[in-house]
Amino acid sequence: MEYKGYEIVVGLEVHVQLNTKTKAFCGCSTDFGNAPNSQTCPVCLGFPGSLPVLNKVALEYAVKVGLALNCQVPEFTKFDRKHYYYPDLPKNYQISQYDFPVAKKGFLNIEAEGMSKRIGITRVHLEEDAGKLMHKEGASLVDFNRTGIPLLEIVSEPDIRSPLEAYAYLTALKSVVEYLDVSDCDMEKGSLRCDANISVRRKGDTSFGTKIELKNMNSFKGVKDALEYEGKSQIDFLTQDNDPTIVGLLSQETKLWDPKKGITVTMRTKEEAKDYRYFPDPDLPPFIITQQKREEIRGSLPELPEAKKERLVKEYGLSLYDAGVLVADKKGADFSEACLKAYPGNDKKPMVNWLIGPLLSEANSRNTGIADLVIPGGIEELVGLVRLAAEEKISHLSAKSVLSESLAGGTEASRIIKDKNLIQISDSGALEGAADEAIKENPKSAQDYLQGKTGALMFLVGQVMRKTGGRANPKVVQEVLKRRLEHAH
Amino acid sequence: MQVFGLTAHELRRLQEAGQVRPDEIVSQLSERARQVDGKVCAYVRSDTGLSVDPSSAHAPAAGLLEGVPVSIKDNICTEGFLTECCSRILAGFKPPYDATVIKKLKAAGASIITQKTNMDEFAFGSSTENSCFGPTHNPWDLQKVPGGSSGGSAASVAADEAIIALGSDTGGSIRQPAAFCGVVGLKPTYGRVSRYGLIAFASSLDQIGPLSKDVRDCALAMKVIAGFDPQDSTSVDLPVPDYTAALDKGIKGLTVGIPSEYFVAGLDPEVKSILQEAIAKIKSLGGSFQEVSLPHTEYAVPVYYIIATAEASSNLARFDGVQYGFRAPVSSAANSMIEMYKHTRGKGFGEEAKRRILLGTFSLSHGYYDAYYLRALKVRTLIKNDFDAAFKVCDCILTPTSPTPAFGIGEKMEDPLQMYLSDIYTISANLSGIPAISVPCGFTAAGLPVGMQLLAKPFAEETLFTVAHAYEQATPWHTSKPSLAE
Repeated sequence: MEYKGYEIVVGLEVHVQLNTKTKAFCGCSTDFGNAPNSQTCPVCLGFPGSLPVLNKVALEYAVKVGLALNCQVPEFTKFDRKHYYYPDLPKNYQISQYDFPVAKKGFLNIEAEGMSKRIGITRVHLEEDAGKLMHKEGASLVDFNRTGIPLLEIVSEPDIRSPLEAYAYLTALKSVVEYLDVSDCDMEKGSLRCDANISVRRKGDTSFGTKIELKNMNSFKGVKDALEYEGKSQIDFLTQDNDPTIVGLLSQETKLWDPKKGITVTMRTKEEAKDYRYFPDPDLPPFIITQQKREEIRGSLPELPEAKKERLVKEYGLSLYDAGVLVADKKGADFSEACLKAYPGNDKKPMVNWLIGPLLSEANSRNTGIADLVIPGGIEELVGLVRLAAEEKISHLSAKSVLSESLAGGTEASRIIKDKNLIQISDSGALEGAADEAIKENPKSAQDYLQGKTGALMFLVGQVMRKTGGRANPKVVQEVLKRRLEHAH
Repeated sequence: MQVFGLTAHELRRLQEAGQVRPDEIVSQLSERARQVDGKVCAYVRSDTGLSVDPSSAHAPAAGLLEGVPVSIKDNICTEGFLTECCSRILAGFKPPYDATVIKKLKAAGASIITQKTNMDEFAFGSSTENSCFGPTHNPWDLQKVPGGSSGGSAASVAADEAIIALGSDTGGSIRQPAAFCGVVGLKPTYGRVSRYGLIAFASSLDQIGPLSKDVRDCALAMKVIAGFDPQDSTSVDLPVPDYTAALDKGIKGLTVGIPSEYFVAGLDPEVKSILQEAIAKIKSLGGSFQEVSLPHTEYAVPVYYIIATAEASSNLARFDGVQYGFRAPVSSAANSMIEMYKHTRGKGFGEEAKRRILLGTFSLSHGYYDAYYLRALKVRTLIKNDFDAAFKVCDCILTPTSPTPAFGIGEKMEDPLQMYLSDIYTISANLSGIPAISVPCGFTAAGLPVGMQLLAKPFAEETLFTVAHAYEQATPWHTSKPSLAE
């Protein structure tokens, strides 16, 4: 984003709740939506005398994410205590990681505004989630069910230069995490959260401006909008009166995004900044992730979106753009590939067009992904339908309505085609009778055509289509009509 | 038959012979406590005598501590029974679970005494004077302190109000009171006994250990409470040896190290000469001696007070009035949450607790961490290295447990530094994680007990039992009882 000769510099901090069965440091369930405080024990409640024991699965998930984000995963990692007082934090410290995160120095490739770009990943670390506060009629209530759920903090380098890049980064990151199947990545449920650090500087400058931390963005779009607003207002502030010396007068602070008003509001200033008093948690000895274990986990990684995209391009002849659309979500990508595999022949283009066309819009209208569509008769029926359309045995129009009807009514596509007798008539001999009839009934149009008004032919085609109940192949009809008209003449 | 003065192994024999039942032992102890605890104040909440946790199991197949009443320090969680760390801030706290050591004691048939023993608030102290319930008195001289912080546990055993006691030792808190009260006290190797359910003071230093009337009981208790616990990530997964088998191995062939740095200025001359007699005794039993050097000894106290207070400031952050314990009333003014924290902690913690929380908060603060906490960790490693080197030339190290015998109640309360120096010989064991035992080794002219400390390599508790038991059996000290006269 360039505005008044300035650019924005953004780094994102993403928190991802891991979908382990049990919490990070105790055996409590991580299920969402149960009665408040029903999933707690002395450990996650921080009761005196209780001690944390690390959930090894959570650590393994963290390593997975680190490796998938092209990070170094050092042998040595440890947990630290981060102190602050808040009623949703039962120990008044959070078990987190300070100077030895599980993974560091990685990157993620994104596509934004038609360009590919590499965004650096500073670190990936594991920590415990806090509880949830609710304010009711002058009282504050706290639900500790969320307390202790494993949380990954993924910090990017300040490599992001526009709200759209931020959006693309979040989309790509979510995609990777979903492929690994280590989180639900549901922002509405709070299993994915994002804070942003933003500063501005004159385009071309290499030093950084004063950093503002943005919180309370509840969707990817919220992140984009907040950055857009905050970036512009910082630049407006710095360029007021065209006085360049005003640079540096911005003060370091934390702001909250107000999505309703579309503005950011100061939450705390630097003077109120917290001293977290990090120190190694003496209850948890350091962990050694051996090279062997690390490589074992690396070997277990599934194919990731980027690799899948490249492969789809290579194997199925997809365009980069189409492949990009298909791999965005893992289930959709798996579904698409199953369809492509099932689709016979080397030319997969018809199947691709159906996946990113009719199927995607059917899914969108249901607010779900293509893999979640319930297709009567399964992929086989879908492939059959696409094939009939590609071979022009039924028209594209009727193929689309067959799909809609099939999805809505639960009947297999082949059954609908058969019941409605939708197979196109492409046999020119079979269409000659209807063509002759149409010419005879519309002598004026026939005349017009022969006098060079080509538009008249389309009218005649329409008549033939009507006579055949829409089943005739319009292309063949055209040819037959032309031949009969010219022949009769 | 009078049994409250007996040891666990003696009681076991009597029970096996059908001469005494568990309930008789408990009722005798309870009667004993009714008679003497008004003077000693070893227990808190014991106005009407003692009672036993009804869920204490008496398994048909006799456990190692069948029917043996054990007193528990007020910082070890007992399910359903007040566990307040002798602090106002934990007023009314009844843990919803048993500490792992309590579960193990119950499984061994022990009777858990529900009145807990007195202690310095959160184990912050060396005299059991920093208790919200008031001080414990030394059974040998009621004007003196019993030591601390496990002063109530030590006094309960010394005054025959319990057969065995559990204490916790972060910087001498089992051994120094054991020495002051003339009983045996062991701080196990760090990781040998589960800390699950011990309300933490300094997590990297804390260990639960037994206090007992003799070395055999100490070994018995260790056999019961030691072992790996999956609920404590710092506990070590090593098999538990048969500690009682080590008792009679004899000293012959063992080399005892004497650290030159420990027998210097500051050591009470009477304590020094009593220690020298003990050394001569061990020599006569066949032990050989070797001078060793622990050159970083002088840094132990400052290093300890940085690390222990830093961890304490963090561990005590959870006491905020939100979920349990004391909550100060606040006006419903703006910012009532912060006010609630401030008033709860301001009124709930005692002076020494506040002092340590402030010290620890300071040394962990941004800009000070490297100079204090990090440097202290480095020196801690040097202190540990000293012991590693020393144990290359000896099997165990012998020192005084404390530089002086028990001091007067109130004597050091105005001078925290003098109080801190009371632990100068004991805290190195916590910093290096090694096991150490204090055994009675004589009495001063004024009749106060003196303790001898033995230290060994990590997980070499057996060596400690061997040497301590041989010495104990050759001396009369463990058979002496206080008169409990005013």
